[in-house]
Amino acid sequence: MHVPDGFIDAPVSVAAGAVAAAAVAVSLRGARRELDERTAPLAGLVSAFIFAVQMLNFPVAAGTSGHLLGGALAAILVGPYTGVLCVSVVLLIQGVLFADGGLTALGVNITDMAIVTVVVAYALFRALVKVLPNGRGGVTSAAFVAALVSVPAAAVAFTGIYALGGTTDVALGKVFTAMVGVHVLIGIGEAVITAATVGAVIAVRPDLVHGARDLRRPLELKEATV
Amino acid sequence: MAAVTDTPKRGGIRPLWIAGLIAALVLAGFVSYYASASPDGLEKVAADHGIDKRTEDHAAKDSPLADYQTKDVGDARLSGGLAGVIGVGATLALGTGVFWVVRRRPRADEG
Repeated sequence: MHVPDGFIDAPVSVAAGAVAAAAVAVSLRGARRELDERTAPLAGLVSAFIFAVQMLNFPVAAGTSGHLLGGALAAILVGPYTGVLCVSVVLLIQGVLFADGGLTALGVNITDMAIVTVVVAYALFRALVKVLPNGRGGVTSAAFVAALVSVPAAAVAFTGIYALGGTTDVALGKVFTAMVGVHVLIGIGEAVITAATVGAVIAVRPDLVHGARDLRRPLELKEATV
Repeated sequence: MAAVTDTPKRGGIRPLWIAGLIAALVLAGFVSYYASASPDGLEKVAADHGIDKRTEDHAAKDSPLADYQTKDVGDARLSGGLAGVIGVGATLALGTGVFWVVRRRPRADEG
């Protein structure tokens, strides 16, 4: 879903850049609470893993493919603030080194692929974890649904940005329907990859999964020291 | 002093870290060759509806890694795989650097 240069006009690109910069600044502060000397290297790895999986476009419909966005995965594994930063790092590397995603569109791309995916996915994930049965299955299912919804949410965000500053004159209803339609399909892939990865990490080290901290709370209480 | 020493002793992160890095390198270095070459959702919608009429050339289009291919490496499998491995390395380095600087230091700071 990397927006190239020229889709969105300059004023809206600049505004999206300001939104992205503010969100990154907030995330840098918030990530401090999520990261320590154990989780910081893991968060770097999550970035690299998302970069790798983003290369794996899977077919979704005739002549169309999709790839992981990774916001849901990052937020659940290492926390929402760190998650925004993980995806932003990936987008920066892709834009600068791989010519993927326009440099003037970096703010747009961070806004819809890092911020919107993380906020939507993490809010939904937290809500679902509360109502689903406590345990690995509950967390994995919540991750599945959160990831699934985060992709069309990013498509809606793109449509909104296009409405404000699109350089072409395409009916918004058409853009909305086409974008959301195909991204629901891509969201299924996002959900499968996210649930599989979260499930695999929880199976071996639930203590290192930010979104599964509730699973280990009873264990933690026992070893708590004053 | 040093009231915050709650690091749980549940083993290091190294095994998980190494497994994750190997997975990322294999996916970007080898599996990526088999990825779908079709346009992604946005590219397809943009082309179908004409959203992309004013697309501009990418400022980094002459980057030696542009479009996930390594410049001057003829073999497509090697060229893409190498680009993927370099990308994993670059992302790991930048991400780890940022997160290491940002992290909470082990000293008494009430949250």
